Amino acid sequence: MIRPQLPDSLMILIPAYNEGGAIRRVVTEVQSLLPQTPILVLDDCSTDDTRTEALAAGADVISVPYHLGLGGCVQAGYRYAYDAGFSYVIRIDGDGQHDPRFIPDLFAALRHSPVQMVIGSRYLNGKVPATSFARGVGIWFFRQILRLILEKEVHDPTSGFVGVNRQALEVFARSFPLEYPEIEALVVLQRRQFQFAEVPVVMRRRMAGVSTITALKSFYYVLHVLLGVIVNILKYEGKRRKG
Amino acid sequence: MDRLLNVVTGMSVLLIGLVFFAIRRAHIRVEYSVSWLGAALVLLILAQWEWALGQVAEFLGVNDAPFALLLIILSLFLIVFYRFSLIISDLKDANIALTQKLAIIEYQLQHVQEKQPPSGNA
Ligand SMILES: Nc1nc2c(ncn2[C@@H]2O[C@H](COP(=O)(O)OP(=O)(O)OP(=O)(O)O)[C@@H](O)[C@H]2O)c(=O)[nH]1
Ligand SMILES: [Mg+2]
Repeated sequence: MIRPQLPDSLMILIPAYNEGGAIRRVVTEVQSLLPQTPILVLDDCSTDDTRTEALAAGADVISVPYHLGLGGCVQAGYRYAYDAGFSYVIRIDGDGQHDPRFIPDLFAALRHSPVQMVIGSRYLNGKVPATSFARGVGIWFFRQILRLILEKEVHDPTSGFVGVNRQALEVFARSFPLEYPEIEALVVLQRRQFQFAEVPVVMRRRMAGVSTITALKSFYYVLHVLLGVIVNILKYEGKRRKG
Repeated sequence: MDRLLNVVTGMSVLLIGLVFFAIRRAHIRVEYSVSWLGAALVLLILAQWEWALGQVAEFLGVNDAPFALLLIILSLFLIVFYRFSLIISDLKDANIALTQKLAIIEYQLQHVQEKQPPSGNA
């Protein structure tokens, strides 16, 4: 069972849904770069061998009993990390798109700058990674909206390569969006006057398996997240008045 | 007009009967049956009590009593559905929290069991 061994400990959180083809390599890669850092895989009731592959690689695995959705799994990981006493959690994808070589950059930014959250951004170093047209439009759209809400530019609002400190961990353990969490999570943070920073990263192609985002889903995604953003703005006010 | 009122009366009685049957068989929890019983009762009263329906129609500004009745049926059902959406959302929230907790406890339990030496014939 993973526990923080020292004060200011970091936990790596990997949400995975049917990533049996990639998860073992992802875990091993993280281990070889950061041998002492505990890795927790959240298996969202995968129908393939994600769980056994992750265990074989030496990660700890929490499996939820039914398909909960990405946000629900990430929140379960945050809850565990918070209760176990970790100070920092960095989340990476289980499909191998996030190069673990950038984890130390995120960790350093978390520890040494006065922010509660860091985002690994693929659009910060000038290079524009290949992505589908629909997705590009979606990202552009949300950048404009978030600029209004956050009063600050977010270059890569859909990035799942995200680190949080204990303050943000406490908030997210209690309140985290269920389905497409990244953009809404930014609004949740903003409502609590937390700060975030972006760190340049390079993202790779997925190692195996298929993306969960299709063209039709992109449209649903935009509507869903847009509503979620509005709800999160309204929700905060209500909670605050109650105290 | 009379025909419509009779149909609505029949529907309300049927609804009340169905809900009572479901409660008896424990297919529906008492607290959730209240919405349906309330809705059916309002319909029954309006369908049987001409004066009350007239008042409501006047209040709504429609001079056609059957039309007022249809409007009321529609709003009653909207209210009931809205209430059920709230209930479902609450259930879903509770369900997610429980699922997360269960998964975490299961994980912790596995590690506790691994640590314990197998006890002989307990
Ligand atoms: N727990 C959980 N994880 C999920 C779910 N869907 C996707 N994931 C994980 O979330 C991460 C990102 O999912 P992807 O489908 O790769 O999404 P993406 O990286 O934004 O999209 P691509 O660029 O097309 O790969 C991966 O680690 C997936 O395994 C889900 O329903 N539940
Ligand atoms: Mg991916």
